[in-house]
Amino acid sequence: MLKKRIIPCLDIKNGRTVKGVNFVDIRDAGDPIELAKKYVEEGADELVFLDITATIEKRKTLAELVEKIAREINIPFTVGGGINSIKDVSIIIKAGADKVSINSSAVKRPELISEIAMQFGSQCVVVAIDTKFKNNEWLVYRNGGKIPTTFKTLDWAIKAEKLGAGEILLTSMNNDGTKNGFAVDITNTISQAVNIPVIASGGAGAKEHFKEIFEKAKASGALAASIFHFGEIPIPELKKYLKTQNIPIR
Amino acid sequence: MIAIIKYNAGNVRSVENAIRRIGFDCVVTDDKEKINAADKVIFPGVGEASSAMSYLKKYQLDDLIRSLKQPMLGICLGQQLMCNHSEEGNTDCLRVFNANVKLFPPKELVPHMGWNNLLDLKGDLFKGITNLDNVYFVHSYYAEICESTKAVCDYILPFSAAMQKNNFYATQFHPEKSASVGEKILKNFLEL
Repeated sequence: MLKKRIIPCLDIKNGRTVKGVNFVDIRDAGDPIELAKKYVEEGADELVFLDITATIEKRKTLAELVEKIAREINIPFTVGGGINSIKDVSIIIKAGADKVSINSSAVKRPELISEIAMQFGSQCVVVAIDTKFKNNEWLVYRNGGKIPTTFKTLDWAIKAEKLGAGEILLTSMNNDGTKNGFAVDITNTISQAVNIPVIASGGAGAKEHFKEIFEKAKASGALAASIFHFGEIPIPELKKYLKTQNIPIR
Repeated sequence: MIAIIKYNAGNVRSVENAIRRIGFDCVVTDDKEKINAADKVIFPGVGEASSAMSYLKKYQLDDLIRSLKQPMLGICLGQQLMCNHSEEGNTDCLRVFNANVKLFPPKELVPHMGWNNLLDLKGDLFKGITNLDNVYFVHSYYAEICESTKAVCDYILPFSAAMQKNNFYATQFHPEKSASVGEKILKNFLEL
């Protein structure tokens, strides 16, 4: 049976992980490789590295880091943040990433999705959508959630699939940081409407939230950052719990 | 020496990384002499069947692959290209395995992407592996079950997750991305 994926997200700035960690056995919490290896050991199913530096001069640092990750990590990983062109994608994929995640650049120029899918295959295009429920509708936001767009979230997800997206990474800004659980309604709406995997993101605060998003919203995976970084919910404990709840888990 | 066949398919890098991680040396090459002289040959692949086959034919790598006598491992598209025919681009393939490659009916999400367990494990590749172990898949086309099937995976329908005939081995999943289970399978192959 295909398993539900648990995906830790690591924010990267200037080649280092940001946000604190309290793994006792990690010497250098700022070292993305060491943190990533720790997650792999714990049973993470995939990793997402989000580069929040995203300035042109730092691109080279990122490519070098991706090469190093690819040498050390034996599970699939996605790289996102500031990817604007086929050239950016090519550098990251050639460095060894399995997938790239694009967000604002796809909103600004949706054809980028097709261009990547044509050249590298749909399986490596993750379209990340930041969404917010406001005035009774779910809308897409860009630039790290700072700028609202006119795109309705459901329409954009369907369009992204048509253009060749291999996966949707859906972050609810209403839920992100609250630790009150993932956005079940919009995640379910999107996963019912598309035939590609939907990864839920934003709001994880308890093990039960993962069960809820897998059971009620048909999410293929769930992504979280802080609860894993701060060791609030260790991955082995989360996976053990989900197994007892009859969720298919590796 | 282990040779990884270089052709117009992606993913060669991650296979190379995985082999080095488990302590073996390898070369990525399209040099026929080097491939022929290798102890083991790996035929990886992410990409599209018809363009990959035309490339192999253009550089006579198709005949070379069929004539190999040493253990050879096809991965993902590599396995599919070792079958008779693929629906992807209506492509005639290498005819090592007597099976056809078909597109999944869209009853569940396609591609089949993520971790899945293996059933009916047989043969040398799966020493120390059980049907509770999971490996990583990403594919929209599948090889039918045939007499060469050495592991089955059930997604939408049961299909060949691994195949073997004589010195020819293949997996639909990506051992190079399947954590310690994948490394064990790769090691089993490299130690044949």
